[in-house]
Amino acid sequence: MSPNTVVLDRDGMRRTLVRIAHEIVEKNPPGEPGQIAIVGIQRRGAVLARRLHTLTSELIEPTVPLGFVDISFYRDDLRLRDPSNAAPVVHATQLDFPVDGRAIVIVDDVLYTGRTVRAAIDEIFDFGRPARVQLAVLVDRGHRELPIRPDYVGKNLPTAQDQRVNVRVEEIDGFEEVTIGPAAEPRRQAA
Amino acid sequence: MNHLISIDDLDRAGIERILDRAESFAEVSGRDIKKVPALRGRTIVNLFYEASTRTSSSFELAAKRLSADVVSIRSAGSSVDKGESLRDTVQTLSAYDPAAIVIRSPYAGAAQLVARWTDAAVINAGDGKHEHPTQALLDVFTLRQRLGSLEDLNIWIVGDVLHSRVARSDILAFQRMGASVTVCGPPTLLPRGIEALGCAASPTLDGISEADVIYVLRMQHERMQESFVPSLREYAERYQIGLGRLQPNQLLMHPGPVNRGVELSADAIDSPQALIGQQVKAGVAVRMAVLYELLAGRPAAHMAVAA
Amino acid sequence: MTRTMFQRTDLPQADLLIRAAHVLDPRTDLDEPRDILIRDGHIAELASPGTLTAPQNATTIDATGKHAFPAFVDPHVHLRTPGQEYKENLDTGTAAAAAGGFCAVIAMPNTDPVVDDVSVLRSLVEAAGRQARVPTGFLASITLGLRGQELTEMAALRDAGALGFTDDGKPVTSAGMLRKALQYQRLCGGVIALHEEDPALSGVGVMHEGPVSARLGMAGIPSLSESTMVARDAALALYEDARVHVQHLSCVESVEALAAARAQGARVSGEATPHHLTMTEDMIRTLDSRFKMNPPLRAQSDRRALIDALRSGVIECIATDHAPHARHEKEVPFEQAPMGTTGLETAFPALFTELVMPGELELEVIIERMTAGGALYGLPIPRIAPDEPANLTLIDLGTQFEVGAAGYASRSANCCFHGRTLYGQVELTVAAGRLAFQASALTKQRLGAV
Repeated sequence: MSPNTVVLDRDGMRRTLVRIAHEIVEKNPPGEPGQIAIVGIQRRGAVLARRLHTLTSELIEPTVPLGFVDISFYRDDLRLRDPSNAAPVVHATQLDFPVDGRAIVIVDDVLYTGRTVRAAIDEIFDFGRPARVQLAVLVDRGHRELPIRPDYVGKNLPTAQDQRVNVRVEEIDGFEEVTIGPAAEPRRQAA
Repeated sequence: MNHLISIDDLDRAGIERILDRAESFAEVSGRDIKKVPALRGRTIVNLFYEASTRTSSSFELAAKRLSADVVSIRSAGSSVDKGESLRDTVQTLSAYDPAAIVIRSPYAGAAQLVARWTDAAVINAGDGKHEHPTQALLDVFTLRQRLGSLEDLNIWIVGDVLHSRVARSDILAFQRMGASVTVCGPPTLLPRGIEALGCAASPTLDGISEADVIYVLRMQHERMQESFVPSLREYAERYQIGLGRLQPNQLLMHPGPVNRGVELSADAIDSPQALIGQQVKAGVAVRMAVLYELLAGRPAAHMAVAA
Repeated sequence: MTRTMFQRTDLPQADLLIRAAHVLDPRTDLDEPRDILIRDGHIAELASPGTLTAPQNATTIDATGKHAFPAFVDPHVHLRTPGQEYKENLDTGTAAAAAGGFCAVIAMPNTDPVVDDVSVLRSLVEAAGRQARVPTGFLASITLGLRGQELTEMAALRDAGALGFTDDGKPVTSAGMLRKALQYQRLCGGVIALHEEDPALSGVGVMHEGPVSARLGMAGIPSLSESTMVARDAALALYEDARVHVQHLSCVESVEALAAARAQGARVSGEATPHHLTMTEDMIRTLDSRFKMNPPLRAQSDRRALIDALRSGVIECIATDHAPHARHEKEVPFEQAPMGTTGLETAFPALFTELVMPGELELEVIIERMTAGGALYGLPIPRIAPDEPANLTLIDLGTQFEVGAAGYASRSANCCFHGRTLYGQVELTVAAGRLAFQASALTKQRLGAV
């Protein structure tokens, strides 16, 4: 079994997020219809969203609203996942600002099949009608199963289906790292 | 977990998990669009052999907010009244391929029987005087929201314990979550041997000032006719919870509907110490969590389970 | 003397040679292997194994490794005839008896119509002559329609063949009414058997009142409901010097009342069922209506008292209270189901497996108590001895079987032992000299059999 390969270390992650923050601000000039808001997908997407929020708030006025969505109730594979195996995340979905007319930037750690993003879009649309929706991901590992494309990519990582991309963040895992390695369990419907 | 028939079907971790999820569903109920697609296209049948507005509408709403299709069958005017047996009714309903059957019956063990005759998940919405597990869950949820934890709480359940399925489920649930329970009521209405459930039993309200939570049960008028208590007046004098008996730090709960002036005085019902409204609100979120727990992760019979 | 036992007359008297069965008859002190020769329905000879040869027309049965006991007598069965033949009839009920090793049964009168009239009894007697596979006796009711208000024509019913009287299913609530029946007994004879229950205490109860009923929220029947009536009726029997039999005892208090009454000289006998001797209220936690009986299954302490009383002889006999109910009647919520369990086919296996094998009661005691019920009603006791009419059963104590796996001879399947693995399956029963039951290869479905 080949060990995990590090594709981004702490410093690499930081620089990548800074770049993405600049790209977001550039692509969404003030005055364009729809002020931006950042919405992270629980759990690691939410962590990254918080960081992007801090970074973009340093770049523009007024402060960009920050929200989170838990897509558990919007997944398309609910019947195949035993809820007693997954501990629920409490206070997971928080969209405390009006969604109507906003430019929502969805943030996730890894883009894979596109199903997670589809679920997040459905959930956001239950809250209102955004002016437009953009997607920022730290890693795009390919193998899309839906017509979903990211607007902002940290790193493009071609992978095999039997591989797994692991994003580790301080807030959840205690350290910072993006690695690629063998899949730990049989492939389920993934992100 | 296949069914929710009794509170005994859940260990402490299971109860915590369902209540954590109920918090997420409480958030959904706070949105404009109070729906998530989690159980979209699934069919849930409510089979209510006993009249109930509160519980049946709570379950209906819970199912609808999960985007499920709901069929509600009330005993009045149904084929049930025409003598169709429970088994035949369940078999007829299987034609709808229900994902879940929610059943309320005047007879203990009805939910258990239904579970034998169907592939659907079965939820006990009250079987005779035996259990009412979702009521216990929403009661625990309400206390958790208010106090954070039930650990070391002193809870008194006051009233007609003998005929109360809510009391039986609550005794088990509260204790499982770390509280101690005392049941209190007229001696004719305290079941002999109830201490075997782990609670204390008292025929008078002496000592209730030590309680953190007072859970009051409904006193039905029929009990007067059956001579369990001689009169309303004597019951109210000895057991009614009013502001006079309530300490300022004590919380008040009731499964509803309340008989004003019988088991509870009007001023107690309307006081800020009463959590009755929160209990009702908790009902939908908790039932959504129960439906989700049973049905998400449960493929339909004809579906192959993916690797 | 009036005939009181009735059965089919078309069955031939048996001619059998049973080889090398281990014969156990406590009353004749026999406890060793024997060849048994049955000729023309009587026990012709008992000899050392292998020494007898079969006469020309006799069938030989190799009973090596099996036990032969005097066949059992059940003084308390419900054959549901007339009126409820969908639950059981005289043919299926007596088939179940024979399949359980019984050579005689006594049927209760709570039928539809109630056996409270000579015409009903006569038609039953006639039906038994066509259908009963083992000798069947009948009790008539004490009161008309079991209503507890008016006495039946007890003397006429005795003349028509009634073995005795009972309102079983219901108690005789009025002490005054029972007293009159006890007095009238001096004219007509016959045992008066009593279902002991105070309806004011049993109320709407469906199970024993105790910690299990408290947990399940179902109305309970306190032991008091039975024991207070046992004491009352025993006192009446003593006062009127009447002959009374107390049915299906279920609790320690009743055993104590029975023993006390006997010590005072009352002519009161008692019976206990296999289910009360082997099960407790804990079975009801399953909410399975198979365990709903009247009187109900009670506490471990009650079970112990019944076992002790059976051993000491305070309770003289086993009676199954075989109570068949149709599947659709029992497959409903517990509180709605009718009370009762079948018992004829499982009586011996259950008692053997649950009491004898763990060493709680000796096999000899079980055999004695299983054969004593008829004597309480004046019937002869089955014996394995030369010149006795052949009443014996061949049982395999060594192999286990799953109750109900091969169906039941009874028309109903509401057996509280259903699904259990038991030892002591009946292979053959000779009743009143006729071969009433023989297990075929088909009915011998066993687990792990050789």
